[in-house]
Amino acid sequence: MIDFVGKKRWFFLASAIAVLVGIVCLSVFGLKPGTDFVGGTAITFHFSEPVEQSQLREEMTSLGYGDAMIQNAGGGYFLVHLGEVSSAEANDLAEALGTELGCEATVEDYYLASPRVGADTAWDAVIAVAVAAGAMLVYIAWAFRRMPKPFRWGTCAIIALVHDVFIVVTVFSILGQVAGVEVDAMFITGLLAVVGYSINNTVVIFDRIRENMGKHISSDFAETVNSSIVETLGRSVNTALTTLFVLLALFLFGGVTIHYFVLVLILGVVIGTYSSICISSQILVVWEKRQWGQLFSWLPFAK
Amino acid sequence: MLIFILALFGFALWSIVPLDRDVFGRDGLMLGLDLKGGSYLVYEADLSEIAPDDRAEVMDGMKGVIERRINALGITEPIIQVQEQEGKHTIAIQLPGVSDVERAKELIGQVGILEFREQNEQGEWIPATGTVDGKELTLTSRYFKENTYVDLDQVGRPLLIFEWDETGRQLSEQITGRMIGKPLGIFLDDEPLRGEDGHPIAPIVRSVISSRGQIEGLSLADAQDLSTTLNYGRLPAQLGHWEEEDGSAVFIPEVPLYERTVDATLGADSVQKSLLAGAIGVALLLAFMISYYRVPGLIACLSLGVYGTLLLSIFKLFGITLTLPGVAAFILSLGMAVDANVLIFERMKEELRAGRTPGAAVEAGFNRAWTAIRDSNITTFIACLVLFWFGGALGAFMVRGFAITLFIGVALSMFTAIVVTRTFLRLILGRRVALRPSAYGVSE
Repeated sequence: MIDFVGKKRWFFLASAIAVLVGIVCLSVFGLKPGTDFVGGTAITFHFSEPVEQSQLREEMTSLGYGDAMIQNAGGGYFLVHLGEVSSAEANDLAEALGTELGCEATVEDYYLASPRVGADTAWDAVIAVAVAAGAMLVYIAWAFRRMPKPFRWGTCAIIALVHDVFIVVTVFSILGQVAGVEVDAMFITGLLAVVGYSINNTVVIFDRIRENMGKHISSDFAETVNSSIVETLGRSVNTALTTLFVLLALFLFGGVTIHYFVLVLILGVVIGTYSSICISSQILVVWEKRQWGQLFSWLPFAK
Repeated sequence: MLIFILALFGFALWSIVPLDRDVFGRDGLMLGLDLKGGSYLVYEADLSEIAPDDRAEVMDGMKGVIERRINALGITEPIIQVQEQEGKHTIAIQLPGVSDVERAKELIGQVGILEFREQNEQGEWIPATGTVDGKELTLTSRYFKENTYVDLDQVGRPLLIFEWDETGRQLSEQITGRMIGKPLGIFLDDEPLRGEDGHPIAPIVRSVISSRGQIEGLSLADAQDLSTTLNYGRLPAQLGHWEEEDGSAVFIPEVPLYERTVDATLGADSVQKSLLAGAIGVALLLAFMISYYRVPGLIACLSLGVYGTLLLSIFKLFGITLTLPGVAAFILSLGMAVDANVLIFERMKEELRAGRTPGAAVEAGFNRAWTAIRDSNITTFIACLVLFWFGGALGAFMVRGFAITLFIGVALSMFTAIVVTRTFLRLILGRRVALRPSAYGVSE
């Protein structure tokens, strides 16, 4: 039997590094807020001939839109984020770009949000994620109400959840810096779906721990947890795989509009599966066995 | 149970069969504007001149005006919603398949006015004008008192009764005085007002109309709508949006609060790519399930087929609009729908390894996996509910499509895993092939 619980320090170390990287990235780069959150205009242009991003930037600057954020969406599509521009101006801009670049340019997707809507949406997004996490905590505490200290189970699941969401956000912070990827309402939607998925996995393992505790398969809690993880491993991996199959297909062949939304889901499935096996159940073991001190015993100054 | 499933499947299949015919019409799946192209506009109205108690009614009147104007453009199935959030009144307009957004916006932005016209020598309708206090004025519903109502004549035909204010009375006396025996054209926002019979309403002036007038020939519903529109829709409530400037609210006319316009080509491209991605993803999924779980895997695939058909059928029967995130949720839910099956099959394998007979393993697999399926899916429901609320925010209208699809999908997947897969599995338990553990991917 694979000993997952015995390797928990390594998992904690890996996650701690990831979270640390995340804190650094977020405080240095931050996230690039999209039109949904700051307002302005997002236009998806399509060019009939191949166009380089640098070329487009040059033309945009010469047309007086030097402050535009430009993102290559592939397949001749470019996502451009501007200040408030009317749809008539957007069409004129496309025409001017087409003339300058010697091809046919069209506005495929025009999207205007006033800054006020953006501020509202951003606030709603924060509330949504917080409410979702709170509701999950209450739900798990209720679902495991017959266990001693059900709140502990809920808290462990929420720690894993926050960990998952944080890592996904980190990846988008890096993507924002490297490729100019912006976060929008669909990003939040993806995060909430990840919240549901991450907890879903954790609950399946917790459910097995609960069952195995009832069967008294071992007097050692760590051993019970480990058998539960191993017994449900097939399910965890296979469910992640079946979900990843369809998501990867969507990522590779689906439309440009939902490209990064699907990426959020893919990251969520991978990290959610990892955290349910390696984080939430492991924290539960540490907590139940009060091994907090031992976690850091390898550090030279802890002795 | 099998008969029930087959009947349900048959019904679902029958309901979605004309999927290709007229996909964009009433009978097909309702596609959101991100899939078929179109425009979504959200405006705020400048209601600062209107008493707070009357505002909701004013907005309803505006909705009527806008509906009429959009219909005049020939746009099918526009959806117009009036909302109030934190004291701000908004009107959200969905224009699926609109090609000329600029014209639509222009038409929507006008203030609703009923105008009376006369014919010139060439037979063209020109505004009927008169002079009051030295100014030349056009005879319009601007000079109606706000007490327009609908009445019935002796034989039960609806009449729209209106009353002129002082300026209107003077104008009307002048105009109808010189127009006796001639037709008086009635136009609503530049379109002739049409009666129940579909013909423009242009009554012949028989006598001077001074204080009160009536319009005949409208259907009862139209007369009532028009009465509402005239009483409230013509109020000078401009459309635009509010902005904060130096701590005070400033109204910016004509510019919407929110606008999204997707070109039909991008929509068609999205549909095509999603179909391709869905096909590849599902093919991989099916191949994996069959190669890993063998006979039960095949059964899971069959029940996935039932699942997909039922989900499409629900979409169609309840008229749920399919958006691109909705399509993503549909494809995602296919992957997740397998989860319940995987939970059950993994449990069955464990029971088989523990030495049970396939029959006992199937039953134990279902019974023991149930709590995990139930508890874990509830978390997805919670996420969907939160998403649905979040999707109510203006900027996030596409989010709801995802939330609804995922919610229905997960609920339905529990049903297909527990009822459909189980029935199919019980059905094959009698066959010899089902008696070998290798049929379940467990070595003997």
